[in-house]
Amino acid sequence: MIQLKTFLLIGALLFCIGLFGLLQRRSLIAMLISVELMLNAVGINFLAFNRFLAPDPAVGQIMVLFIMGIAAAETAIALSIILSLFRRQRSINIEEAAELKG
Amino acid sequence: MNSSIAQYLSAELLTQAIFGLVVLLTLGGALIAVLHREIVHNIFGFATCVCGVAGLFIFLGSEFLAMMAILIYVGAVSVAIVYAVMLSVPLYRKKEPRRISKLAFSFLSSALAFTSLVLIVIRTPWEPSIATGVDWSVRRLGILLFTRYELLFELVSLVLLVAIMGAIITAAVAGKKETGSQPGSGEEQA
Repeated sequence: MIQLKTFLLIGALLFCIGLFGLLQRRSLIAMLISVELMLNAVGINFLAFNRFLAPDPAVGQIMVLFIMGIAAAETAIALSIILSLFRRQRSINIEEAAELKG
Repeated sequence: MNSSIAQYLSAELLTQAIFGLVVLLTLGGALIAVLHREIVHNIFGFATCVCGVAGLFIFLGSEFLAMMAILIYVGAVSVAIVYAVMLSVPLYRKKEPRRISKLAFSFLSSALAFTSLVLIVIRTPWEPSIATGVDWSVRRLGILLFTRYELLFELVSLVLLVAIMGAIITAAVAGKKETGSQPGSGEEQA
């Protein structure tokens, strides 16, 4: 039961749940959470390949560590953009941020 | 009596049960994080999901990354997102209803993505490499991070530093300027 395909399927399911949330939610914070879910799914995939296929078990762990660092940077930037948008529009609803619409 | 219980609770069965629990935590937390309509519940669901992912990391052999996942995601990211909750719509306010067309469209496209991913996973003949290393220690990770992956490590640190500085500037300077003056009135240098 605990084999490569199980982990790949769990990763795929988590990724698609995140994709669904990203497409469907209107609040920017919820969309940010969905993106984090997708990044976690990618991390699971990396570690699964690392555990079952890779020649060197350290490389995949280092890649997942880098993904976590990038995800933290992304959260910081996204939260500051959300704060800035809120000051401008008094709302973080994505459908009201249509100022650039032609 | 005791021995019969021990017989039923073999190590393999216990492992399977714990694995099922971890998968349940991951997917259930992800569903709460996506489907629930209150942001606070979304964040708790996300934290649950990350705890499950940390359990999966342990099953994949990396205790260090499990620790890091809990430290970074539950400890830092979730707390930072909780801070942004005060920007969202208050809990007592009535939510506008979901639009069925948007819901159906996003469900269809993510289901399509899931089916194609599943087909790829099932149909590919995965072959393990011939020689697999056995050294999973944190010590080796540290040595590799400061020798072969030194440049990547420094780059990620730099990206993190620049992102945090940029976040502070975006949140503190740009937002205030926009509320103070009309946008596009010529005071754009800062």
